[in-house]
Amino acid sequence: MDSALRERVGQVLLPGDEFCCDTDGVISLSDTVRPEKVLCGPGLRRSGDRLLVCKSGVLRHKEPNVFWIDSQQWRYVPVKGETVIGVVAAKSGDVFKVDFGGSEQASLTYLSFEGATKRNRPNVQVGDLVFAQFIVANKDMEPELTCMDSSGRANGMGVFGGGGLLFRVSLGLVRRLLSPGSELRSDLEKLLPCELVVGMNGRVWTRAADVQKTLVLANLLQSCDTMSCSQRRQLFSRVRQGAL
Amino acid sequence: MKETPLSNCERDFLLKAIEEKKRLDGRQTYDYRKIKIKFGTDYGCCFVDLGLTRVMAQVSGELVAPKESRPNEGIMFFNIELSPMAAPTFEQGRQSELSVKLNRQLERCLRNSKCIDTESLCVVSGEKVWQIRVDVHMLNHDGNLMDAASIAAITALCHFRRPDVSIQGDEVTVYSPEERDPIPLSIYHMPISVSFSFFQQGTYLLVDPCEREERVMDGLLMIAMNKHREICSIQSSGGIMLLKEQVMRCSKIASVKVSEITELVVKALENDKKARKAGEKCGFAESLPQERITALKVGKTPVEVMDVTEQANDIVQKAESCSLTVHTRVPSPLVPVPGVGQVGQGQQTTWGLEEEEEEEEEEEEVDEEEESDNSSEQDKKVTKMEEEDSRGDVVEISDSEEEEVVILHPETADKALKNTGSSFHQKGAAPSKQKRKK
Repeated sequence: MDSALRERVGQVLLPGDEFCCDTDGVISLSDTVRPEKVLCGPGLRRSGDRLLVCKSGVLRHKEPNVFWIDSQQWRYVPVKGETVIGVVAAKSGDVFKVDFGGSEQASLTYLSFEGATKRNRPNVQVGDLVFAQFIVANKDMEPELTCMDSSGRANGMGVFGGGGLLFRVSLGLVRRLLSPGSELRSDLEKLLPCELVVGMNGRVWTRAADVQKTLVLANLLQSCDTMSCSQRRQLFSRVRQGAL
Repeated sequence: MKETPLSNCERDFLLKAIEEKKRLDGRQTYDYRKIKIKFGTDYGCCFVDLGLTRVMAQVSGELVAPKESRPNEGIMFFNIELSPMAAPTFEQGRQSELSVKLNRQLERCLRNSKCIDTESLCVVSGEKVWQIRVDVHMLNHDGNLMDAASIAAITALCHFRRPDVSIQGDEVTVYSPEERDPIPLSIYHMPISVSFSFFQQGTYLLVDPCEREERVMDGLLMIAMNKHREICSIQSSGGIMLLKEQVMRCSKIASVKVSEITELVVKALENDKKARKAGEKCGFAESLPQERITALKVGKTPVEVMDVTEQANDIVQKAESCSLTVHTRVPSPLVPVPGVGQVGQGQQTTWGLEEEEEEEEEEEEVDEEEESDNSSEQDKKVTKMEEEDSRGDVVEISDSEEEEVVILHPETADKALKNTGSSFHQKGAAPSKQKRKK
């Protein structure tokens, strides 16, 4: 199965494609038999001894044996440990209901902010933006967010967003923005100095020197969604020359 | 599903941008988004794109008994469907407030303006008349559904052809399109609705609001007009007081917009007629048999960049001079006074604080100034994510995913033979394998 998967890395796969375990391979008596292990990421599903593709996209691989499908999608499904940008939708008692763009609202207790105690409540209003991390995310329970890391520090999370603009991009673009050594990010850095907060749920918040630049930045990022690398470079260089 | 709440920061930003005469998509105050009009394979089917808003209208005809009060007039019926496909907040099959409002407005715009000759739809007086039904389906909601719906409805009505009917004695014969050419409806004029949104109690006015602008607006004015500058309906909602001059100005803008849109609609109808006459593939069906994955892909987004270069250069220069100082000065870390909560770096705290905070803040500001000087990285705050354990670090992904044509490579025949039943099956590739064997 491993070799079959490796062969298809970088190709487009569609839902319904499947991979089967090798059963007719010759088993060597002298070597120790190691069972093949494949770690499935998003878009791949195991069913018995078959591996099913359940999203359309490009097959990606990471050594030694991690495979996943890189798809262009907009719908966010919460995953434990991922950081997202949420909008506080309601305050009810000691929890905030946070909309993160998923099918359900997540809960965020007021104690899960750095330095918050029962007496010293964090100043959070309805409509505020929070950058938070999922601590509970599964299909049967209400998702739960926190604004602290495991050691109780804010670590960049919390309420933010005065004067900036929030907009949506595809999840694929968000992953590209966040991947280490991302070209897109370094290109942007050269173009415009700005603040950028990127949530895995496809929400991006940005703030540049003034309204005009913030708008330019937001539009650039949104148009990057469907562009190839060279197209993007071209666009950025044109923006730099101001010829657009 | 619950509606996504609009965050305070979006609201503030939008209002600020509107005050500065800027819009989210780089439009000017009186600009419409790009309008695209496409037709289906059948008569009376029309797709209208207004930016990202997408609407489909389908006209159909049926022979029914007329209303008793008007025995020699055909019946017009309008129906607007808001499906969850357009926006997750819309519910299927339930009349929401918005759908009732849109439906009513469309009726007022098209039926009450008497733009269609209903008497010509009569077949046998008091017994049989044509009922023309217009179904408008919202496919995507990005604001200004009314304008898109009115354009789609009137274009579909213009495009529609009803079957020819003949009467011999008591016998009514309906001819199929093969026997006799179907007949277009007689349309006197084309009313088109233009929406204006008002902000800050009517201080600012925008034409064709997008979804987010609609959510922060104070009031809405919809004017339906034809190209002869006759107002067919006018409606104001949102409970905003408008001055007489404002309404006059809006009607002037509307007359310009309506004549532009009417021209576009007429042109689209002509193009479609020509294409149909020549027997070419026309309408929506055009994109279907191409077997391209990206046949319905999104186009480029236009970006407005006025005088950004100079400002960007200025900033880059400043940033460079800043970064020079980084090497000369030793960065002094900011040490917050004990008891001061802080979110992020170098930002003001958003916590509810006690009174003693004020003095401390002053000290802190001095520190912060130093800090902001010597750290140019701080200008760009990118919050990174911790990936889940199973994935580890993300591999750098090449950006060229969107290619014009994606060809799915079928496996070669001999390889398929070797691996029969073992490694990989692709059902879609079966026909191409057969071809190769031949």
